[in-house]
This record gives sequence, structure tokens and C-alpha cells, in this order.
Amino acid sequence: MSLDRSQVENIAMLARIGVAESEIENYTKSLNSILDLVDQLQAVDTTGVEPLANPLDATQRLRADVVTEVNQREKFQKVAPKTEAGLYLVPRVVE
Amino acid sequence: MEWEIVIGLEIHVQLSTDTKIFSGTSTAFGQAPNTQASAICLAMPGVLPVFNEKALFKAVQFGLAIDAEIGKTSRFDRKNYFYPDSPKGYQITQMDYPIVGLGEVEIVMDDGSTRKIGVTRAHLEEDAGKSLHEDFEGMSGIDLNRAGTPLLEIVSEPDLRSAKEAVAYLKKMHSIITYIGVSDGNMAEGSMRCDANVSVRPKGQKEFGTRTEIKNVNSFRFVEKAINYEVQRHIDIIEDGGEIVQETRLYDSELDETRSMRSKEVANDYRYFPEPDLLPVVIDDEYIEAARKSLPELPDAKRDRFMSEHGLSEYDATVLSSGRAIADYYEAVVAGCKEPKLAANWVMGDLSAQMNKFNVEFENCPVPAEQLALMIARITDETISGRQAKTVFECLWNQEGEVDAIIEAKGLKQVSDTGAIEAIIDEVIANNPGQVEQYRGGKDKLFGFFVGQTMKASKGQANPAVVNELLKKKLDA
Repeated sequence: MSLDRSQVENIAMLARIGVAESEIENYTKSLNSILDLVDQLQAVDTTGVEPLANPLDATQRLRADVVTEVNQREKFQKVAPKTEAGLYLVPRVVE
Repeated sequence: MEWEIVIGLEIHVQLSTDTKIFSGTSTAFGQAPNTQASAICLAMPGVLPVFNEKALFKAVQFGLAIDAEIGKTSRFDRKNYFYPDSPKGYQITQMDYPIVGLGEVEIVMDDGSTRKIGVTRAHLEEDAGKSLHEDFEGMSGIDLNRAGTPLLEIVSEPDLRSAKEAVAYLKKMHSIITYIGVSDGNMAEGSMRCDANVSVRPKGQKEFGTRTEIKNVNSFRFVEKAINYEVQRHIDIIEDGGEIVQETRLYDSELDETRSMRSKEVANDYRYFPEPDLLPVVIDDEYIEAARKSLPELPDAKRDRFMSEHGLSEYDATVLSSGRAIADYYEAVVAGCKEPKLAANWVMGDLSAQMNKFNVEFENCPVPAEQLALMIARITDETISGRQAKTVFECLWNQEGEVDAIIEAKGLKQVSDTGAIEAIIDEVIANNPGQVEQYRGGKDKLFGFFVGQTMKASKGQANPAVVNELLKKKLDA
């Protein structure tokens, strides 16, 4: 499997990463070499091997349903670009 | 052409936990914006999710309540998308290994017929924050209090065949989740939200038609209206030779129509992958058994018991087991008067009528169950007649006091004393010699006339059963 230029542009858009026109070819090459490596892995016969969800041989620990966080809005909003009436302001998301 | 409607529902249920699914931040509703948005909810660098045990337990309880397979090993995945109400840039959800697998529920339609509806799966995920689009100097305001609230997304099979069935299914789910207490099910506050996938196909065709998804409908009534609108839209387009575009639509309750939501957007590409910050969640049989033991009696079991133990009809039993509040109320009345049928009649009849009229829920019923029970007991011990009970009930509803005091104050005691009633009957007979003669001459229908006269003369207080018996004796003598 290999990616073409437009697929790389699409991936960059989905990830909201700005990629300069001049860089696209280079990225396409690098990504394709990663996919080549994946192809190599795909060639291994995994019949009878259970899918691995996580490399650690451990299971999720659970947390008691108890409130441990306190309100730190003032602190957080000090580092926000813009706030009003307790809300974080962001560029308008609907027309 | 005859069309078959195909509907599948995705229901999002907020689990009633004190804290968020992956952090110890409070989930209390209606707090000032962003006062319940901790570093984890804001996706500050370096924070990590820690899974809430209560969210897991409630999801398992739900799975058991619908007889579903429970995922002994479940896993979280990342669903990647950018929107400001989700600061991480992804939602933690469950894709390949959900906590709840295949299950089913039975719905009952108005005509008493039942249908089994398949539940494909139910998985745990986190809720997003809220965007407010009022004008903040041309910007949008973001409140992240809701971000990270535990959600259970319940996905049905495309088994529903009408808007009415969809509503019956939604109500059934609402009843189950509120019964077992995994959620308060408050649709107005968004604790339960529904997306509907709708398509139509010519009757008999196997393949599904192209579907559209109606997002975030938040009341039973709107679900029905939105689906009906959308079905008609599909049929109109196809019959005009057009094609349905697969898309997401929003229901506008004011205009009663659906509108396309994301016209320009490219096909969703969420690029799911296993969540690296969380390990697989593994539970054992012991855990599942503990969850099973913690479940209260479920609506269907309650309905069956009301039929077998209380001798109620299927319809009555279904209505009275439809919600936990009405079921608890009815059972409290039965416990007090030991008369299941009368209790059912009063709870479903006069009481429900009043509650509907004033839009009161059973949780806030102004008539205490033990008072209604006492009133019914006064009917069975013949202190009052069924008709007098209506007056007592009205007083109870208006909170004018307790049953016995009301009977006393309104002079409602039924007269069962044969001597007193006999005297009245003698008078009625003496005053109506003509009718007596006709009756004795074979005009049986006149019996009702004598009952009426006697009741009238007693100002409605005579015990009708005693009146009947004595009249018969005297007239037929």
C-alpha cells in the first residue's frame, strides 16, 4: 500500500497540520517508507495469535467515583487567549 | 408503491456518577460555566485518564438488564476529530471491543402486540462540552463542564418499522435505565439523547435504502415527529425520481422539519485507533454476578408478577410496571389495601387522569399512597360507596386532609344499616303504588327506578348492595 499526494494532503487537513506545498513530496516519501515497514510486518503469519491491545501485560486500574478535583477556573482562564462570562472564546464554529 | 420504513436508534445516556468518566471532576448539572472543567477535561499537557469504576459497573448493569453479552475484556479507542467542545482533539470511546454486546428488549405497542428489538451493542464514551454561538465579539463561547461526563451509547439493530415503534423502544430503554438507576433519564437536561437512522425501501425488498441520520432529538414526541417527517421526505424524493443523499440532519421542532447539517463537510474520517493512555478493562464472572445481584426487579419481571400474583390484565400490568415511580406507588397502595384490582383501577383511572391534567409525575404525587390505600379499604369495608369515593378522592387530591377525616367532614358515610334503609324503601314503595303494581305485573325493568328513588331519598348514602337486596325482598314479597 502506498499514499499519493492528495491522500497526504487529506491526512494533513484531518490532523490540522499545515504542510507547505514544497514539503508534500518529502512527507509522501517518508510516510510511504513507514507503510513499507508495516507491509513487512503484515507478511508475518499471525494465525492463532490473539490481537494485542496494549504491549503492557496489565489491565486497567479503576478509580473510585469520588470528587477529587476542585474548581480552578480562574487559574486556567488566566492562560486562555480569550474568555468571557466564564466561557472560553474560540473562533466562531458556525456560520 | 408500498414502502417499508427501517429505523435504528442510537441512544446516548449520561450515567449517573458523581464524577467524570476519566477524572475526579464533579458532574453536577447546571453549575457556572467551566467551574467543573479540570485540567483533564481541558486536555492540559501531561494529564492522563483514570477510569471511573462506577461508570463501568453501571454499563455492566445495563448490559445484564437487556440480557446482553458482557465484554469481559473491553477496550477504549480514540475517535479523532477537531471541534472546540472537545479540547483533546479526539473522543475516548469503544470501537472494536465494547463493554456490552448483542442483547434485546421487548416492546409493547398500543394494540397490545409485542416485538423483540435487537440491541447491537452499548459502549462507554465521554461526552463533549457545549458551544454557545451567541455573539461574543464574533466568537463562540465554550463551556466544558459537560466534557468527560460518562456516556453509554446504546445502538439498536435496524429492527424498528415505524415512528411509533421507535418511540416505544425509546420509552422501554428509558424505563430500563431509570429502573436500574444507571441514569436519571432526564431528556430535558440532556441525560438521554437520541439519534435516529431512517431509510425506506419498497415492501419485500431485502437491501436497505440509503439512510439519513437525525441528530440529537430530545423528547419522545419529537422523535416521533422527526421520524415521520423524514420518512415522508424520503418517499417524496424517491417517488419523484430522486435519490436520497446519505447525510446527517437536524430536527427543528418549531418548523417540524429536518435540515441538512453538514453540507460542505467531507465524509467523516475518524481514524480510530486503540487508546494508548488506557489499558484493556478486564472483568471476571464474580464481578458480573455482583452486578446481576445488584439489579432491582426489572419492568418485564414486574409486569409478569402483577399478572400472576395480582391477577391484573396484561395491559394494566404493563402500564403499572412502565416506570419505577408508578410501580412503586401502585405496590404501596396494594400493600395498604390488599386489593390489587381496585388499586390498579384507581391508580390508572382517576389518579392518572388528574396527574396528566396537571402534568404531575408520580415522584411528586400529591396523594400519599397510604391514603389512597385507606380510601380503597373504606370502599371494601363498605364505609363509603364507589361514588362517594370519587368525592373523597377529590378532597385527597386537593390535600384537604386524611381519608377518615374527609369522610366525617363531608358526611359521606354510607348507610348500610338495614333498618334505616328498610324505612326508606317502605316510603318509596308507599309513594309509588302505580310503579309497584306494574313491576309486580312483570315489568322487571322498573327495578332500576326503585333503586334510583331509594338512593335519591338516602341522598346517595345508602349502600347500593344492601338497597338491591332489600328492594328485591320487599318487591318480590
